Amino acid sequence: METKNIMIVGVGGQGSLLASKLLGQLLLSQGWDVKVSEVHGMSQRGGSVVTYVRYGDKVYSPVIDKGEADFIVSFEQLEAARWLSYLKPEGQIVTSTQQMDPMPVVIGAASYPENLIEKMRAAGVKVDALDCLSLAREAGSVKAVNIVLMGRLSHYFDLPEEAWMAALESVVPPKFLELNKKAFALGRNA
Amino acid sequence: MKRLMLGNAAAARGLYEAGCAVASSYPGTPSTEITEEAAKFEEIYCEWAPNEKVAMETAFGASLAGKRSFCGMKHVGLNVAADPLFTVSYTGVNAGMVIAVADDPGMHSSQNEQDSRHYAEAAKIPMLEPSDSAEALAFAKLAYELSEQFDTPVLYKMCTRVAHSQSAVETSPRADIPVRPYEKNIAKYVMMPGNAIRRHPVVEERTRKLVAWAETAEINRLESGQDRSVGIVTSSTCYQYVKEVCGDRYPVLKLGMIWPMPEEKLRAFAASVEKLVVVEELDPFIENHCRVLGLKPVGKELFPLLGEFSQNLVAEKLGFAPKAIRSLDETVPGRPPVMCAGCPHRGMFYTLAKNKVTVLGDIGCYTLGAVAPLSAIEMTLCMGASISGLHGFNKALGAQSEQKTVAVIGDSTFMHSGMTGLANIAYNQSNSTVIILDNSITGMTGHQQNPTTGYNIKGDPAGKIDLEALCRAMGFNRVRVVDPYDLAACDRAVKEELAAAEPSVIISRRPCALLKYVKHKAPLRVNTAKCVGCKSCMRVGCPAISIKEGKARVDETLCVGCGVCSQLCRVDAFESTGKEG
Repeated sequence: METKNIMIVGVGGQGSLLASKLLGQLLLSQGWDVKVSEVHGMSQRGGSVVTYVRYGDKVYSPVIDKGEADFIVSFEQLEAARWLSYLKPEGQIVTSTQQMDPMPVVIGAASYPENLIEKMRAAGVKVDALDCLSLAREAGSVKAVNIVLMGRLSHYFDLPEEAWMAALESVVPPKFLELNKKAFALGRNA
Repeated sequence: MKRLMLGNAAAARGLYEAGCAVASSYPGTPSTEITEEAAKFEEIYCEWAPNEKVAMETAFGASLAGKRSFCGMKHVGLNVAADPLFTVSYTGVNAGMVIAVADDPGMHSSQNEQDSRHYAEAAKIPMLEPSDSAEALAFAKLAYELSEQFDTPVLYKMCTRVAHSQSAVETSPRADIPVRPYEKNIAKYVMMPGNAIRRHPVVEERTRKLVAWAETAEINRLESGQDRSVGIVTSSTCYQYVKEVCGDRYPVLKLGMIWPMPEEKLRAFAASVEKLVVVEELDPFIENHCRVLGLKPVGKELFPLLGEFSQNLVAEKLGFAPKAIRSLDETVPGRPPVMCAGCPHRGMFYTLAKNKVTVLGDIGCYTLGAVAPLSAIEMTLCMGASISGLHGFNKALGAQSEQKTVAVIGDSTFMHSGMTGLANIAYNQSNSTVIILDNSITGMTGHQQNPTTGYNIKGDPAGKIDLEALCRAMGFNRVRVVDPYDLAACDRAVKEELAAAEPSVIISRRPCALLKYVKHKAPLRVNTAKCVGCKSCMRVGCPAISIKEGKARVDETLCVGCGVCSQLCRVDAFESTGKEG
């Protein structure tokens, strides 16, 4: 199989590392070659962060380049729009509807663009937008947005739910497993 | 069984399997996780040293004593450790010694984009360069074999994309490596001129032997391709981009040892293709070697000297068709990193900005004090330069600058390179004011312990250096501690210490808000009936506060209730949500 590409984008501290770990485990368990590329260090401090997950028969580059992503999974609207150029023409965006003002907006040097999801759709981009923050809160913690998003992403994969659950169990500490299973189900069934 | 492993974790696994017994490092992105992961193995003694020079000397000591040793650092850390590096090349080792250095092309988390491969050539130490996690593991083991076979430390070069990418590895058990008994050998280990003069030819002879090894080494791998119009020499992550783009089309010579490079192998490869292309990030290191051999490579005339490469860049330069790219007709505002909500550095930077103090900064999370709206830091160079720079600044301008200029430096950075600068102030007496931003952890690299925290790399109790006592012992009479959440106290401390007629140290102390043990107050909210929309609270640049419909609003998922914003509110609009986090 030709290499498939999933980008996870968001704001440093939102939990994209755990989501990428889950995907890495899942895809490796399906027998694919997998590479996952993460961001550490300064960019993590509230900056725009991106994680690349690639899988296929043989994966070389650890990063995803412009025009290559099959999926962009986004924790935040502006970040989905920021990384749009990385999406394949037929690619799919799965995004939380959450909006977080970046510092240039906070200090009034820039404004947060309005109706980003509608604008992306108008440009012909496939966007699946979901209020993941509310669903995470419903599951028991606002920190579970990452798993709600994974639940939503699972829609687009022809993989048994048990495989996702096994991957979830391998990356989440036991005491948070129930909460995360609920978050996953809320995302998957939304 | 194959499993996914971060490049740095795979390197640590390689240390473990190779029987490494002692590891001493200083954290630095993207090298940190090698030592953090190594510390998870009971069999390896691991520690955070105060700086890279100390780490390398510690690793050398362990090697001398007869156990396989390791030290790891980021590219700029190797500058700090360059002093022992150049001479450990002469002494050689007893048991194997591996020095990991992680470059950061693209400067994801660094102050420069230096190419550490030059150190290998300059210090005449072999350097291995893995291109994925499987190689990270295998090359770490090979490095120890080479180290002992050729009596040399071995440099092990990472870059961000190899260090911080996960790929599949297969693991093996740890090798049982016997201790190599230490033997007194003054001629080999005491590098005074008479001995060093006899060691230098040994080094040159070793390099000749290593070149011969490089000619046949499996890690300098020739991969065939049908189209011989182009032949590519590459290494590290660039190899992955080349294979991604070209597949098996062009022949590729992949170098796993980047110094010394083979000669005959390169000549033969060049002779077998029409055009020799070198694909390497940053400096033309392989390319220049090819030129020395009399070859005519195409390198930096085609590829950039700056930043990271990617598959699209390699494709474009090699003439492959570009991919279709979508875009949105919309200006997307940038999202630079910011100080976290509740960051203890914020209150001190607000105070310094308010008092229009010139701030010479240092390396750490607090470098973000240079970012708007605080825009407080005016200089950042390298570890420790805030304090020594301040001394020079004040010596140059005297009373003109002494009462309105400070240095800010974190606790870990102070231990790394700040103490010697402070000694210079105490000794050569500039009336300088130094602020130690003590957040009780090494923050930016992801929470590593340091000599001031009282805990070691495993989180167990350890020696704890008392900053106040240390500064007093150096001769500072004025040493005071403030809580940076208390803006009035910060303001008093800064004003009084700048006005004082002698050098002083302010320790701005509060643990990093992200530390797990830190208990936070309930998040705040804004009483919109009281808020007059004056935006006073916006001056601290907290990511949890924004203005919506003319009023301040607090993002309760980010706010940790530090209360710095509420001290700026003239109408008392901030109130507690009562929901303890």
